[in-house]
Amino acid sequence: MERTAIRRRLTWQTGTVTEVREETSTARTIALDVPDWPGHLAGQHLDVRLTAPDGYRASRSYSIASAWTGAGIELTVEQVPDGEVSPYLVDVLKVGDPLEIRGPVGGWFVWKPEQPGPVQLIGGGSGVVPLMAMLRAHSAAASTAPARLLYSVRRPASVIYVSDLKDVAMSEEVAITFAYTREAPPGESREPKRIDAELLKSVAFQPGDEPTTYVCGPTPFVETVADLLVAAGHDPARVRTERFGPTGGPR
Amino acid sequence: MGSVSPGFTGRRRGGKDLPPGQYLTHDFPVLSAGPTPHILPEHWEFTVTTETGGVSRWDWAAFMALPSEDITKDLHCVTRWSKLGTDWRGVSLDTLLADVETGADYAMAHSYGGYTTNLPLEDLVDGQAWVAYEYDGEPLHPEHGGPARLLVPHLYLWKSAKWVRGLVLSDTEDLGFWETAGYHEYGDPWKEQRYAGD
Repeated sequence: MERTAIRRRLTWQTGTVTEVREETSTARTIALDVPDWPGHLAGQHLDVRLTAPDGYRASRSYSIASAWTGAGIELTVEQVPDGEVSPYLVDVLKVGDPLEIRGPVGGWFVWKPEQPGPVQLIGGGSGVVPLMAMLRAHSAAASTAPARLLYSVRRPASVIYVSDLKDVAMSEEVAITFAYTREAPPGESREPKRIDAELLKSVAFQPGDEPTTYVCGPTPFVETVADLLVAAGHDPARVRTERFGPTGGPR
Repeated sequence: MGSVSPGFTGRRRGGKDLPPGQYLTHDFPVLSAGPTPHILPEHWEFTVTTETGGVSRWDWAAFMALPSEDITKDLHCVTRWSKLGTDWRGVSLDTLLADVETGADYAMAHSYGGYTTNLPLEDLVDGQAWVAYEYDGEPLHPEHGGPARLLVPHLYLWKSAKWVRGLVLSDTEDLGFWETAGYHEYGDPWKEQRYAGD
């Protein structure tokens, strides 16, 4: 296993919001200027800390959406129903506001341009965020590694990064497939349904291609996709996962 | 240090039972670095390897024949959720280590699927740690580490290795999977030891 050892102390820093972009009705991208950001790997996350006037604080972790190119970072935040931090980030935070962050964190769910072999990205909903960072890093490095994104999304209006995905798909090395689960756009041949073994067989890299596969999304989505990949013969050690949210049922 | 976040008032304000920076959940979220291993009990075994190479081994039947106990504990995940009063059944590490001859100070827990996490041995004894195989009266689901997982509830939950297959005891402190990836080597939630250097 390739590992990244990062054993330095992470301190809180104050960034400044330089831009906000609506991605969908419930998600937005926040661009930050962070003077002392040490850089990050595609796929890493950071912690955001909010402070109320009485000193009360709340923190959460968010995937970094941008590749590090030496200036600024971007987060994409999906509003969690009944959340405490995400509604502030999506609805309240505005350009010019300060935002406390610390990071980057995580040395496993990362893609590095020097990594050998094809890269398969499989995202569900806002699980596409760290995968977008990987596609951006792939583009910034002009990587020749074949990369495929399989993006499971409820309906066309739920797609985050519509125009950015069109841009990265211009590369000959990058292929993007959408799997619509509730409502497909006109002209889509596959009926709306979840990712299944047949779709993985037709659009994803096969075990013989020896890809590194990154799966990110809600827990039931990741469980299903990772199980399908292992059942199809993929080496579990080459399947990296990041899960979020509830388990989706009593366990 | 720290600036007020314009327009943020906060509303959860977790109770006194919660370590700093945690929020209460009634769900049971899952965090794993890879696919969930599906290990049948008949293929499961648990080993303790000492610093001199001595190995103690239990298959599922031998493990189930050990005295077990009901455990009710609060869980604290480094991703900030806490779940209070969870019910488990498992075998105390005191029982599993009772006949193990060791002077080691550290343990590395190893799991099916390749996961590792490091702990001081003193945190695994004296009624602080178990190998748990039931959750809420049911066999432990694979997503949550079944057939059996380590349960060390006084540390962040990543120390409670899912799909545990053994402990390797050592005189030296090595770092496990998340500890190598930037997380704290000890992970006390009450001291908010999330990341290296906290």
